[in-house]
Amino acid sequence: MAGKASRAAFGEALLELGAKDERIVTVDADLSKSTMTGGFGKKFPDRHFNVGIAESGMIGLAAGLALTGHVPFACSFACFLVGRFETIRVSVAYSDAPVKLVGTHVGVAIGEDGYTQMGLEDMACLRALPNIPILQPADEIETRQAVAYAVEHPGPIYLRLTRQGLEPVHEASYRFRFGKADVLRPGHDVTVLATGGTVWYALEAAEALAAEGIQAEVVNVGTVKPLDEETILRSAGRTGHVVTVEDHSISGGLGSAVAEMLAELMPTPLKRIGVTTFGESGDMKGLYAKHGLDAAGITAAVRKFLRR
Amino acid sequence: MANPDVAKLETIAREGRVEILRMITHAGSGHPGGSLSVIDILADLYFNRLRLDPARPQWEDRDRFILSKGHCVPAQYYCMAKRGFFPMDRVITLRKLGSRLQGHPDRVALPGIEAATGSLGQGISVAVGMALGLKLAGKAARVYCVLGDGETQEGQVWESLMSAPKLGGPDHHLDNLCVILDYNGIQLDGFVKKILDLEPITEKLKAFAWAVLEVNGHDIAQVDKALDQAEANKGVPTFIVAHTVKGKGVSFMENDPEWHGKAPKPEEAVRAIREVVGEPVPQWAQPIIAELSALGKK
Repeated sequence: MAGKASRAAFGEALLELGAKDERIVTVDADLSKSTMTGGFGKKFPDRHFNVGIAESGMIGLAAGLALTGHVPFACSFACFLVGRFETIRVSVAYSDAPVKLVGTHVGVAIGEDGYTQMGLEDMACLRALPNIPILQPADEIETRQAVAYAVEHPGPIYLRLTRQGLEPVHEASYRFRFGKADVLRPGHDVTVLATGGTVWYALEAAEALAAEGIQAEVVNVGTVKPLDEETILRSAGRTGHVVTVEDHSISGGLGSAVAEMLAELMPTPLKRIGVTTFGESGDMKGLYAKHGLDAAGITAAVRKFLRR
Repeated sequence: MANPDVAKLETIAREGRVEILRMITHAGSGHPGGSLSVIDILADLYFNRLRLDPARPQWEDRDRFILSKGHCVPAQYYCMAKRGFFPMDRVITLRKLGSRLQGHPDRVALPGIEAATGSLGQGISVAVGMALGLKLAGKAARVYCVLGDGETQEGQVWESLMSAPKLGGPDHHLDNLCVILDYNGIQLDGFVKKILDLEPITEKLKAFAWAVLEVNGHDIAQVDKALDQAEANKGVPTFIVAHTVKGKGVSFMENDPEWHGKAPKPEEAVRAIREVVGEPVPQWAQPIIAELSALGKK
């Protein structure tokens, strides 16, 4: 992967935004080297707080900072951050404290560290809370703009970021729009809805499918919640077939959100691609092949889905 | 504050006990024991300490109060009503559908509540964040947080106890933070000492680098003096261990785990209120007794 990890783009964006906006502070729980807030901490040491390995306390602290006028980014691995769900649920969500939750190291893509470090259920948890949007940018340019949006978002919000590098999927002219999915490649046979690091593979799969005469429409769902129903329904209405792709549990993430929406508004044949087991140690390439998240896996799943 | 009008504050706390019993009885559920143990502390905070403006609940320079033991919010609702955040007659809507007086504090529903609490252990973390936030913003406002003793078994409490004396230093020490432990010795399942003893709590807090004070939490003059001392302490946050009695003021509720989370029946509430106000029943309490007696006949 030649591109930049979304966590790295996040760290750089934060540094730029922090220079202009003194309200921005970061709170970490001993992972600032990994969440990439270290650069911010070096430049703005008095606005960078490391509470030690104490994520619940960190989230509560961030809520207090948010409720006294600051814009706190509370950062950890997605699994550790959202693992303290109860504190997010009450001190952030129910209190409507405008904390910017940042979960990095999402999915089986983190590889060698294995399951305990993989954020695989974070979207499922946060989707259940009424007021926390979920942003999962697919490349560097989208990440930078999503971070800038998060600063201005009036309430709490969640950013889901990758450890691994991400190939660019957007043009330089890309403009992030909150709550909007964007069609990256038009097609009329099947709609492929992807999010985060899987978007690039969905595009590669579409290329392979095109060679077989299958025209896949690839849609980047950068805002997983609230879902862009309009764009998804328009595409699904044209293609009649929908596939979702995410490096997250098959339960509760993008696939579930799409299934719920389609079932209620426009029942459409649907295939969900996601993680159906615990994760495990291994190289990312091998894990993506195993879970069908790479281009070959998506291609095969789409082919099978359309043939049924 | 210098020379508090203790008699006035005691009168307020007495009325608070009556209103607590009244609202929980109307609600038919709630937590009288811990509300009665904390009311003297809250009376001093709300009527002799906190800089608040009920007309401007979001006033930036206000002091912040967080009831981390959120289940005892009836005591706070009384104080808020008495200070003018909402009319006192609303307290009987506690826990009813559509009321802003939720069973546990709701920041969004009720202006003047600083954080949603009730999931134990969280309020103190938010209080630490507010203390830090106020220091960063250069505000002189202070943050007060009341912890329950059972609540102090939560791991998250200890995360905050560990971090508060370190955070913000060297420029922004959190000496604007005062945590008060309502040490009534009883939690839902029984006695704190038997379930998971906190002792030696003062030594633990001292070892964590807090300024620690101990008071009788029902002696308002003592509480007030400790809060003065907390304001005078520089460079460190203050932790006040307030020894209290669960169900204080009602003989049949005192020190009985049964009354942690059970509403009195109207006739029990009347008996309790008579005990709190003494004989003869003062004029202000008479309509409440009549109201609860009528409720009992429904």
